[in-house]
Amino acid sequence: MTPADLLAGAVLAALVCYALSGGADFGGGIWDLLASGPRKREQRDLVEHAIGPIWEANHVWLILVVVVLFTGFPPAFAAVSTTLFVPLTLLLVGIVLRGAAFTFRSHGDSRDAVQARWGLLFSGSSVLAPLLLGACVGAIASGRLRVTAEGMPRSSPGAWLGPFPVAAGAFACALFAFLAAVYLAVEARGALQEDFRRRALGAGAAVFLGAAACALLSWREAPIVFAGLTSRGWSLPLQVATGAAAAGAFAALFRRRYGLARLAAAAQVGLIVLGWGASQHPYLVVPDLTIEAASAPRATQVPLLWALGIGAATLIPSLWLLFRVFKGRTAGSPGGT
Amino acid sequence: MTDLDAARWLFGTSLAFHILFAAVGVAMPVLMVLAEWRGRRARSAVHLELARRWAKGTAILFAVGAVSGTVIAFELGLLWPRFMAFAGPIIGMPFSLEGFAFFAEAIFLGIYLYGWERVSPRLHLASGVLVAASGALSAFFVTLANAWMAHPAGFDLVLGRPASLRPLEAMFPPGWAHEVVHVLLSCYAATGFAVAGIHAFFLRRAPGHAFHRAALGIALAVGGGAALLQPLSGDFSARELARTQPVKLAALEGHFETRRGAPLHVGGLPDADARVTRWALEIPRGLSLLAFHDPDAEVKGLSEFPREVWPDPLKVHLAFQVMVGLGTAMAALALVALGLAWRARAVPGHPLFLLAVTAAGPCGFVALEAGWLVTEWGRQPFTIWGVMRTAEAVTPVPNLAVAFWAFAALYLFLGAMVALLLWRQILRAPPAPGSPESPRGAAP
Repeated sequence: MTPADLLAGAVLAALVCYALSGGADFGGGIWDLLASGPRKREQRDLVEHAIGPIWEANHVWLILVVVVLFTGFPPAFAAVSTTLFVPLTLLLVGIVLRGAAFTFRSHGDSRDAVQARWGLLFSGSSVLAPLLLGACVGAIASGRLRVTAEGMPRSSPGAWLGPFPVAAGAFACALFAFLAAVYLAVEARGALQEDFRRRALGAGAAVFLGAAACALLSWREAPIVFAGLTSRGWSLPLQVATGAAAAGAFAALFRRRYGLARLAAAAQVGLIVLGWGASQHPYLVVPDLTIEAASAPRATQVPLLWALGIGAATLIPSLWLLFRVFKGRTAGSPGGT
Repeated sequence: MTDLDAARWLFGTSLAFHILFAAVGVAMPVLMVLAEWRGRRARSAVHLELARRWAKGTAILFAVGAVSGTVIAFELGLLWPRFMAFAGPIIGMPFSLEGFAFFAEAIFLGIYLYGWERVSPRLHLASGVLVAASGALSAFFVTLANAWMAHPAGFDLVLGRPASLRPLEAMFPPGWAHEVVHVLLSCYAATGFAVAGIHAFFLRRAPGHAFHRAALGIALAVGGGAALLQPLSGDFSARELARTQPVKLAALEGHFETRRGAPLHVGGLPDADARVTRWALEIPRGLSLLAFHDPDAEVKGLSEFPREVWPDPLKVHLAFQVMVGLGTAMAALALVALGLAWRARAVPGHPLFLLAVTAAGPCGFVALEAGWLVTEWGRQPFTIWGVMRTAEAVTPVPNLAVAFWAFAALYLFLGAMVALLLWRQILRAPPAPGSPESPRGAAP
């Protein structure tokens, strides 16, 4: 284990945390967009109630990824920033509009028309952001992005766009929507809980289709991902574990064991992100930048690891407190579990 | 518009926008914690209501600050990938620590804003204190990185590449202390004056209104205190600049020829071609006195340095004059406030004073933006002073103007919406003096 491997592991761990927390916040926005039926209003209120206190903290994982990347792996950051200029810029627009519109809706004018307008902007950008995030990940893994050793682009600015990145974007949307529906089912009560249970089951099916589409496309479009799915030493155990988590989430949803469903769904999403990371190991940007080649000097990476350690020591208890206050057993209605 | 210009405009616009919200994020928690503390200690319903209302405003401003800060983090790479590839490993340390400080700020702000009914009063107040502390810490770390750009340290330059990196040395480059102190004070002064201005405006319409009086008292104490300390920090900065960044000092003072007993230029327009500052009020020996605390000290002029490392003295000097002028006015007003409060043993309420405070409302933020421009324009033509020119740092990606106009429109829209929302919030202030309304506050 070199410091570079540890740092790459930290980036992946932060991405898992981001998917499990920030990803679910985007998923909440997707359910805001898709709110329907007699309890439309209640569904939206629950989403707002669930993500209000935590979305800003959840969002910081992404910033942490950016910071560790440019400190620890500067050519990789340059490579991603230049070759993914278009999707990352659009992602930023999505992130800005999502956060701003959510806050404006929560704290602004309570008239229905105004609320609806902000709501549409919030939920629309909640779809846009994961779509682009998934597309960026898909583009990085597919090997479409070609760069020099310094991370300067050799491929055209449009190289990121292709069938696999698009499928990965759609898959990310399905995955986050699924995760959010399961989380929301835990926090809801009564008929509202049934609403989100049905949504979780539907989104779970979409996740399955999305995974299948990505796997099929990866055969031609992202060989390194395909190899990760099929022929690496850890492929089978990882596939089995992911499949077991998915099946467990479904079974728990069927039996209305929501706490268990949340655990299984989180495990499933976490394993999928880990699987992607393991597949493209040792590449940071396939196929031109490996962890080793993109590493900052050891003199930077070692203190950075220390900083991450100290940071984590303050972060973990704080996060624990945040989630205990708003998501813990004692949290008031309609939270709970 | 060339791609370099577009990149500079885009990054500049993003920062100018973000800085407003970042400064509020640093200072507003202090105001709301003070209000809550007063409210709990003195069992003052007015102060508790004030804390809730300020918290609501902070929620809106902090959210916009958080998302616009994310834009900056990405734009570092999107616009300046070569700068980040060079500087990332050297100054990543303060950025990483800033990431954690921001994490703490977001976490405890969540608890503060949404936890009024969920956590104990003690934990609630403690969360507010942590928000204020981590906000200041964030500003501290980010300013360290900016100080490094003006005075790079902690590495050797070997064939144009950084070698033998010393990240801890880079974290505290020469001149870091004055910049950090100055930035922190500017956040408190600007936010304090802006908040005081708003409440003074309403006090003029409803004299003696307990809610607005309480607000004005706290805002003036924080903003005025910082404004009074800022000239001292400015003096510290001037002396440090003379030592560490003489070119910038010469440019911002419009000082062209090296001389002993250098005069201070108040106002005036520097002409870089003629190498003279015209129409300025000259204070004999003033610059020597300020820069070295010695009326006969020698101050290096711009002519001492090759023309290609000069910043544009006209822009830098004008921005500097705006900052110093407004800062001085704010310090004077703070002094008046202190005198009046001392005599009346209460928050001053004289209509003329309130008018002055209302008028001074935007001054702090204008001064803060001007001061930021002094730092950034004053470092040009370099991104990393003496090491990397801004033109060398820019991305090879074409058509940046499109991104600039898109973000400019986005920021304009967001800015207008924030202003509108805050205006509505403020108008909903409690009607009768001292009557606590039902706590609609921060409940989701």
